[in-house]
Order: sequence, then C-alpha cells, then structure tokens
Amino acid sequence: MSLAATAAPLLSVRDLSVSFRTPRGTVRAVESLSFDLNAGETLAIVGESGSGKSVTALSLLRLIPDPPGRIDSGQILFEGRDLLKLDEAGIRAIRGDRIAMIFQEPMSSLNPVLTVGTQVGEPIHLHRGTGWAAALAQVKTLLEKVSIPDAASRLHAYPHQFSGGMRQRVMIAMALACAPQLIVADEPTTALDVTVQAQILAILKQITREVNSALILITHDLGVVARYADRVAVMYGGRIVEMAPARELYAHPRHPYTRGLMDSIPRLDDASGKRLVPIDGQPPDLARLPPGCAFAPRCRHALDRCRKERPVLERADEAHFKACFVDG
Amino acid sequence: MAEAAVPLLRVRDLKVHFPLTRGAFIQRQIGSVKAVDGVSFELARGETLGLVGESGCGKTTTGLAVLRMLAPTGGSIAFEGEDITRHDAARMRPIRRRMQMVYQDPYGSLNPRMKVRDIVGEPLVVHGLDGDAARYRERVAALLDMVGLLPDMADRYPHEFSGGQRQRIGIARALALDPRLLVCDEPVSALDVSIQAQVVNLFMDLQKRLSLAYLFIAHDLSVVRHISDRIAVMYLGRIVEIAGRDELYRDPLHPYTKALLAAVPIPDPVLEAARPQQVIAGEVPSVLNPPRGCRFHPRCPMAEARCAQEEPQLRKTPSGRSVACHLATV
Repeated sequence: MSLAATAAPLLSVRDLSVSFRTPRGTVRAVESLSFDLNAGETLAIVGESGSGKSVTALSLLRLIPDPPGRIDSGQILFEGRDLLKLDEAGIRAIRGDRIAMIFQEPMSSLNPVLTVGTQVGEPIHLHRGTGWAAALAQVKTLLEKVSIPDAASRLHAYPHQFSGGMRQRVMIAMALACAPQLIVADEPTTALDVTVQAQILAILKQITREVNSALILITHDLGVVARYADRVAVMYGGRIVEMAPARELYAHPRHPYTRGLMDSIPRLDDASGKRLVPIDGQPPDLARLPPGCAFAPRCRHALDRCRKERPVLERADEAHFKACFVDG
Repeated sequence: MAEAAVPLLRVRDLKVHFPLTRGAFIQRQIGSVKAVDGVSFELARGETLGLVGESGCGKTTTGLAVLRMLAPTGGSIAFEGEDITRHDAARMRPIRRRMQMVYQDPYGSLNPRMKVRDIVGEPLVVHGLDGDAARYRERVAALLDMVGLLPDMADRYPHEFSGGQRQRIGIARALALDPRLLVCDEPVSALDVSIQAQVVNLFMDLQKRLSLAYLFIAHDLSVVRHISDRIAVMYLGRIVEIAGRDELYRDPLHPYTKALLAAVPIPDPVLEAARPQQVIAGEVPSVLNPPRGCRFHPRCPMAEARCAQEEPQLRKTPSGRSVACHLATV
C-alpha cells in the first residue's frame, strides 16, 4: 500500500490495533490501522470524538496508558525500526528527539513549576548532551523562530505568564528543539481563537517545511485540513475509512461518511444558505461496534453486506483508498 | 428590521464593568474590567443576530446582561418596548418567560439527578403553569417532540443521552414558556461535526415554526454565517461592525472583520491554495488594560496616528450597515 514507490516511507504503520479495558467491556479504539508517511509530508487524520484519531497519535509514541489501554498488535516502522519492539529506554531516546508531540492543551502539558527555558531546553540537554548554557542559547533561537517576542527574557518566565497562544508556541518550540523527523500534533489549535490558530498553524507549517520534518495533524476541522494537509486519512469507529491526497479527497470523496461530513459543515464562502444535510444518528459506541461496517447504521447507501462484513481499506484509484462496499 | 414597529430587543450603550478590588477586609476598588463597554444593537422579531468575536471580547457577557442575569453598569436594555435595565427580580419574572437561554455545555447545564421530564418542565413549575399532572406530561411530551426527541425519553436521566440529544433537551427547556427570544451561547460548539448540523437545522426549523428571535453567540464564523440574518462583530468589549450576513462576508469594512474572515480556513484545498494567507500579528490584549484610541489599532495593518488617540464610534453607513473605524471607506 506504499504510496512512494521509490523511497521507503519515513513511517509505516501496519495493522495497528489498540484496545482499552473498561467496566463496560473492551473498547476497540483503533482497529487494523495501516498508513505510510513520507519525509516532509503533512498527513491530516480527521475524525469526530471517539474515532480513534488521538489514540493513533498516542500509539505512535507509545504513550497509551497501560492499563487500561494496550497495543494489541501491529507494527510501527519508523526509519526502519519497529517502535513497538523497543524497550523503554529505546523509545525514550526517540521521543522528543526523532519524533515529537504537540498536545491540544498547552496549559496542562507544560510543567507549571519549571521555566520555559528549562522545558524547551530539556530535550536538547537530554538527547544531545548539550550543556545548559548552550542549550538555553538554542532555546532563545527557537523561541524567536516561533515568534515569541522578547525571547531572551521570556526564557526565565513560567508557563502561567504566557497566554494560550504563546504557550502553544512554546510547545511548538519544544517539539522542534531536536529538529525531529516527525511531529505529531493532536488538535494543536482547537483551544485557541481563530486568528491565533491561523498564526500557530502558519508557523508550524513553515518550520516543518524548513527542517523537512513530516507532520501528522490530528483535527476535526475540515477547513484546517484543506489549508494545511498534503494527504488526509478519515477515521470512523477506530478505522481509516478513506485516505487520499487532500485535493483528490475534497474533489471526489468516495466514502459515504466523508461525503456526509462535507455536506454537513456550513462553509464560510457559501452564500446559498441552503439547508445543511446532517448525518443521521449518532457516532458508534466503540464497546458495542456492529459486526459489519461501523458506519452502516447511519449510511444511506448501506447494503445487506455492509451490515455483516467489515470492509477493509483498499485502493480505489491511484492514491485513493477507501473501506466501503458501495460503489461511488 | 421593521422601522416603524418597536424592535423586540433594543440595547443602547450597554456597559458591564466588573470591579477589581484589593484587600481582604477593607476592599478598595483599584480598577475595573470593562467586559462590555458601550454596545448598541437591535434585534427584530423572528430575526437572528449573530454575535461573534474571540475570547474575552464580551459576547457572552452581553448575552447574560440582555437576559438581566448580570446587572448592567450603564446603558439601557429594552425588551418589547419595555425598559428592563433596572428591573428587580420580581419585575423580571414575567419577562423571563419571554426570553430564555441555551447554554454551550450540554453536559454541565443539565442537572444529572433530575429526569428529563423535570428538567424540561421545571420552568412551567417555577412559573406556576404546570397545571394538572396529565397536562404537564402532555406539555413536556409536546416539547420533546418539537426538538426531535421521543416522548418516552422523559423518564430518563441526562447521562443516558448523547451530546446532541442533551442539547435538544436544553432547547426544549428553553422553549417551555413559549419565549420570543432565545440567547444561545455557543450552542453547537461542543458538538461533533456530524451532530452540529442536526442541531443547526433544528434551530432554523424552530425559528420558522415559532417565530423566535435568536441572539446567536458563537466563535465559529461559518456556523454564524449560515444561521444569522445579521452579524455583529465584537472586539474587546465593543461592537466594531454590524452588517447583513452576506454583506459582511462579501465586503467586510472593519480591518478586524477582514482579519477574522481571512483566518477561517475554507474546506476546499484548491480555494485555500489560491487564497492570500494574511495572518494578522499579535493577540487580543487584556481587557484589564485595553489600548487607547481604537482598541484594535496595535494589531491593525492600516492604523494611523489618529487611531491611537481617538476611539472610533459605531457609525451608520449610507447602506444601513454600521462600522467603528476611522479609516473604513463607506
């Protein structure tokens, strides 16, 4: 299923399944997930709450809390190594160095009792063995890169002295500290105002381009995806239901869920005022997934087969994959 | 807007200032947070006015003040022609039947220990309109039906419902007293995309059926454009622009409106690639210490010396729009 025929992909996820044990039974949060990511590429993973997009992000860095969670099977091949086979020291050497993560909530992901300089400098000090004085000098450059004004004096400030947008810049600076090959950003701007969101995403895009790092952007916002992603994976009920280059996906959505999403969102540039077409019903309960396609109960085109058999992600067109029995 | 008739809601120069005090026993006022600082607008019967802006712009405070859930410190609010600015609780009571609120959080705004019947019917009980048991049940069933829930759901508790259904319960409760005005504070922001459309459609259907007016407070400009007739844009406690929804999007006059619209990504990669990506710098300053002159001037790409000195007033343009900017050409 590799998209790049020439070079090996930077990241290759194969048949990843993650489950959580809950009082209500086993929740299959991610099921048989496979995708590739090339160096320098931006892949958006889109889905609603409970679609498994955040669990996917956390799995990549082996940050799934165990118990109750567990990576049941699969491979996460990064630069040729299976991250799931590494020991704790091995994965720790990769986190924050080769792969970095940006979380949604910058307040709760920064340590309130450490200065910003210490936190951003820590990965440089740990992974590169750089002395603190030199590390702090690098932090200053990083803070300038993410447009934090007066970077030199902000080194000694604490997170509470920063606004939400500034904290998210700090998170980005921290993620960039060791020039990672891959950045995983989980809803990085969901908590921010729209003008600040635009600033943060523009910085993230520009910097990943500069250092040619790949970006996995997890979001529910189809506008953000359209503006920033090269390729898109749409998740539903713990699986990828459709994956395609961004332009192709928006021009020719093939999965009924993707089409449903596109029809249900109001667009800023739509003057017609025509009625939105919602997707009927509710997102699925992951502890009680139906036997067939998870979307079948809400799908207008569902066939008998869709209720019995689970469709797998298959190539529908050159770079376009879908998991659906219905033609279209 | 009907010119001759009295508007449903008229807000004039509304101010809501919160005192800032220092000292534990002897409190001295050391300043004030001017959350809303001179806001004027009108809302006609059956109309939707969208109120947009970023966090801290005062849109929620404006909504609460309109419902008199906060006491205004200045200006006036007239509802159906009656000045309610200084009404006490007793005098507000009959008016509250006519104006209700729908909250953002469908989880936090429903009492988890109450059955849906009692949540939806509580306003009827409070206002002594519940009648006998049979009529009460019938009325609650009708309200649930109106928002697309099944009458037998009345015996369940909030935790048994999804986010979208809970928001429907909140709407049913707000409709119980047959109000003319709903103040909706981010009513769809907490919902998933596919559910959001269901609730947006419900709002629009109910408006047609019940000729409700909405003050629709939200930060999502795409939703606001879809649902509103007119839109007011707020920045740091003031309205900077009011216009019909299509005019506002086609031809924004205030530089802040332009910046806001440019920042919203459109779900179309081809269009996005062609769109100029102008990102305005800076963040919304603290309401504690708003900039002198035009509050937007430190971030404004067009600002001139005058903008740092004089605060622009909201002025009507010949085409009936309003804008508060020295430089906007109208």
